[in-house]
Amino acid sequence: MSPLLELRGVTRQFGGLRALAAVDFSIAQGEVVGLIGPNGAGKTTLVNVITGVHPATAGTVRFAGEDVTRQQPWQAARRGIARTFQIVQPFPDMTVLENVAAAGVFAGSAPYGVRAEAAAMEHLGFVGLAERARQRAGSLTLAMRKRLELAKGLAMQPKLLLLDEVNAGLNPAEIEQALALIRAIAARGVTILIIEHLMKVVLNLCSRIVVLHHGELIASGDPQGIVRDPRVVQAYLGRRYAAH
Amino acid sequence: MKRTFIVALVVLAVLLAVPLTMQAYGLRIGTTMLMYGVLAMSWNFIGGMAGYPSFASAAFFGLGAYAGAVAQKYGVPHYAAWALAGLVAALFAAALGFALLRLRGHYFAIASLVVAEALREIVNSATALTGGGMGLNLPLPQASSVEAQARFFYYAMLGVAALTFAASFLVRHSRLGFGLRCIQQNESAADMLGVNTTLYKVIAFVLSGAFVGVAGAIYASWVHYIEPPDVFDVLYSVKPIVMVLLGGAGTLFGPLLGAGVFLGLEELVWRNYLSVHTGVLGLLIVLLVVFLPKGMLALRKA
Repeated sequence: MSPLLELRGVTRQFGGLRALAAVDFSIAQGEVVGLIGPNGAGKTTLVNVITGVHPATAGTVRFAGEDVTRQQPWQAARRGIARTFQIVQPFPDMTVLENVAAAGVFAGSAPYGVRAEAAAMEHLGFVGLAERARQRAGSLTLAMRKRLELAKGLAMQPKLLLLDEVNAGLNPAEIEQALALIRAIAARGVTILIIEHLMKVVLNLCSRIVVLHHGELIASGDPQGIVRDPRVVQAYLGRRYAAH
Repeated sequence: MKRTFIVALVVLAVLLAVPLTMQAYGLRIGTTMLMYGVLAMSWNFIGGMAGYPSFASAAFFGLGAYAGAVAQKYGVPHYAAWALAGLVAALFAAALGFALLRLRGHYFAIASLVVAEALREIVNSATALTGGGMGLNLPLPQASSVEAQARFFYYAMLGVAALTFAASFLVRHSRLGFGLRCIQQNESAADMLGVNTTLYKVIAFVLSGAFVGVAGAIYASWVHYIEPPDVFDVLYSVKPIVMVLLGGAGTLFGPLLGAGVFLGLEELVWRNYLSVHTGVLGLLIVLLVVFLPKGMLALRKA
């Protein structure tokens, strides 16, 4: 079976800076993959290339068998690629419900109106924000906003969900809740790519890990192999994980 | 939604009945108010709903005025000329939108501001067609009296205002309006959610141009004579913005309310402070915007 997402020789240049250098990797349907690497390694750029925010300078991106290298972000959304942001991006003056309904209407298949709101309500229930539905999105706490991002992502009815640091800035209890949520989403059969600094999260959720360093893919494999890989240890993890 | 409908019907009934009791001066004020209403509601599509500060209203207004006037010069009957003016303004807005709406924020505002100036220069130099700086005379409508004429233009302007309102209502309660609100709140997030932002913005811009073009053409017929500095006046770009901010940006009734209040202020201040009226008006506007940043409709909720 051909992979859901396939990157071939993807390079992204910002002026003289090479943020991604000939990255090859693919994600199969139903996989949960972790993407790790030090700050500035090109993780968010990779997500931006996949979603069409910054088109690849060279190389191709294929999604569900289709060449999508040159797509616009809104096209990516309609094809079923949803993402959450490292810095959460709600529509602050709309209600929480409207935020999720917008995702359903424009990326999903919900018709505009009451049915979109009903579907949005289900997603809010799933992430535990049902009682906040009528509140302004801008008034939510950070942890709730992250959950709102997840609800929006789900409302988009994605085939592939890209989670960019959904746990950054959360306390341990909140991280536990977020983990449970992501696991529940994966259980629905959604393919997920998780960008994460917390190794605990990655090791917990992912069946495979890929490592970026200076824009290059330096390792890819199962979690146990990755934490022992000397290049990964040197570039990112340090000795703490190597000892295990 | 039902209440909106009732309020709109009441307002329409009042506006329909008002001319029966009015003399020429009152009708003139009424027609101006409706024209301002069209300008404000139109600006609301792009400026209020999509959050793009357009200064292109004067360009659409002048273009519509000249399109209508030139068409009538070549014998097109006035109703057809007005409709044609709307079409010309809409097509122009579409072409302009694809070029300008790639810019965001201040860049878009400045770019839209020079459009009227450019059009004014073109009209100035195309003497054969537009009369250039000498201006253009329009045929007088056939009406039995001065009052009947005034009433005719009042109802013509009311017709456009009603159409503009209906369009606002439809947009506001549709997928398009929802998408525009998303763009206004956070454009890149809207993009990520699947909103075709360029297309939506261009549609909003076309809506903000079409009705203004018709209003410009009706205005030209109403005053019988137009010249470039009159119809491409930058105030036609600025006033609608002030009106919308006064009434409440992005709302349905805010622009109409703002247009009425603005015209009232304008008349009152002009009458009482003839030599310093622009200064006093400016001060009033600053005070209103500082103390009522979300417009007068926000008072009702507070």
